[in-house]
Amino acid sequence: MTNQTARYTRDQMAARVAQDIQEGAYVNLGIGLPTKVANYLPTDREVFLHSENGLLGMGPAPAPGEEDDDLINAGKQPVTLLTGGAYFHHADSFAMMRGGHLDVCVLGAFQVSAKGDLANWHTGAPDAIPAVGGAMDLALGAKQVFVMMEHQTKTGESKIVAACSYPLTGVACVNRIYTDMAVLDVTAGGLQVREMAPGLTFEELQAATGAPLLKGQ
Amino acid sequence: MIDKTFESLERAVADIHDGATVMIGGFGNAGMPSALIDALIAQGAKELTIVNNNAGNGETGLAALLKAKRVRKIICSFPRQTDSHHFDALYRAGEIELELTPQGNLAERIRAAGAGIGGFFTPTGYGTLLAEGKETRLINGRHYVLESPIHADFALIKALRGDRWGNLVYRKTARNFGPIMAMAARVTIAQVQDVVALGELDPEVIVTPGIFVQRVVKESA
Repeated sequence: MTNQTARYTRDQMAARVAQDIQEGAYVNLGIGLPTKVANYLPTDREVFLHSENGLLGMGPAPAPGEEDDDLINAGKQPVTLLTGGAYFHHADSFAMMRGGHLDVCVLGAFQVSAKGDLANWHTGAPDAIPAVGGAMDLALGAKQVFVMMEHQTKTGESKIVAACSYPLTGVACVNRIYTDMAVLDVTAGGLQVREMAPGLTFEELQAATGAPLLKGQ
Repeated sequence: MIDKTFESLERAVADIHDGATVMIGGFGNAGMPSALIDALIAQGAKELTIVNNNAGNGETGLAALLKAKRVRKIICSFPRQTDSHHFDALYRAGEIELELTPQGNLAERIRAAGAGIGGFFTPTGYGTLLAEGKETRLINGRHYVLESPIHADFALIKALRGDRWGNLVYRKTARNFGPIMAMAARVTIAQVQDVVALGELDPEVIVTPGIFVQRVVKESA
């Protein structure tokens, strides 16, 4: 039985990702859980947040009453622009990803495979209306692609799998996975455990994971 | 004297024909040229192919055009949203065709049309459902997918200010697809908050030069 208390909270996960984002990095935070990472970037570190609808230097949400319908993020929520920030059109914005100019993007996922394949845009359900947005561009569009997700689904199935059963967003594109149980690197040899939630054993982590893990060094 | 300004929204959209391909600027409601869309709904053109990032939000703008059943096909990246009920209903009823394209491909396909590019290879989408049936190529060890440009008969875009030569500046993230759609359409119609005199727009900060714009109309016209 896996120890159910040995889990990182969502805020701890966000803080852990933030720890790996260096001064001066150009970073895109995906919609959902990754958005939380912004709250944990140290204030003494200058990091450039990119939003694919067309801004660099994205700041926090505005104070109530200060919202501007023309200043939104990729999730269509009101945001602010930091001093020194810039606006640009969509082709330039996606060239920042597609041209490999971003240092890090942090994405949510349904599944990640042992080879770093990513599935995060479509459940494949026959009645679902498909919507992809910038997911496929982001999956390939940064020097490092981080995934941040719960380790298991609500029904206890591993989201880390030998091969994705959901439609792919990108092939062999994920570099690192942050879950509520562990931090894993996708390497040529397999999934390497970097860190585990306090109290969790390697055997418990392996039992909760749908692909073989390599023990941390 | 060249004067691209139009006296009324109605006149600016008068020649949009049935079956036309119409690009509509905006990301969600930021940059959505709602005054031009309302004029298009009143004008009555139908069987349109629409190019937009989304498929309408709420009840206004593109959502209202869909509700009026004027759209045969939509090319977009992200149709499904919490407030896209008009699109959802048409899609489930089989009354609208959807061409789903990754957002960066959408932007680049529009840009390519504007720049006279016949097609381009991109890694985005390789190995996914959205690249099925498309030509692929291995270039320097990386897999790429061939994507084609998207041309349009008309582009309806929203800018902050424009002058009689069609030069435009935008406001914040409402810029989004405006500059590239202006390049890709045969006729670009810009809805602006204010028409200003030639020379009032600083040439160093003009975002869309007038060569890409055929009509400028005040959003309150």
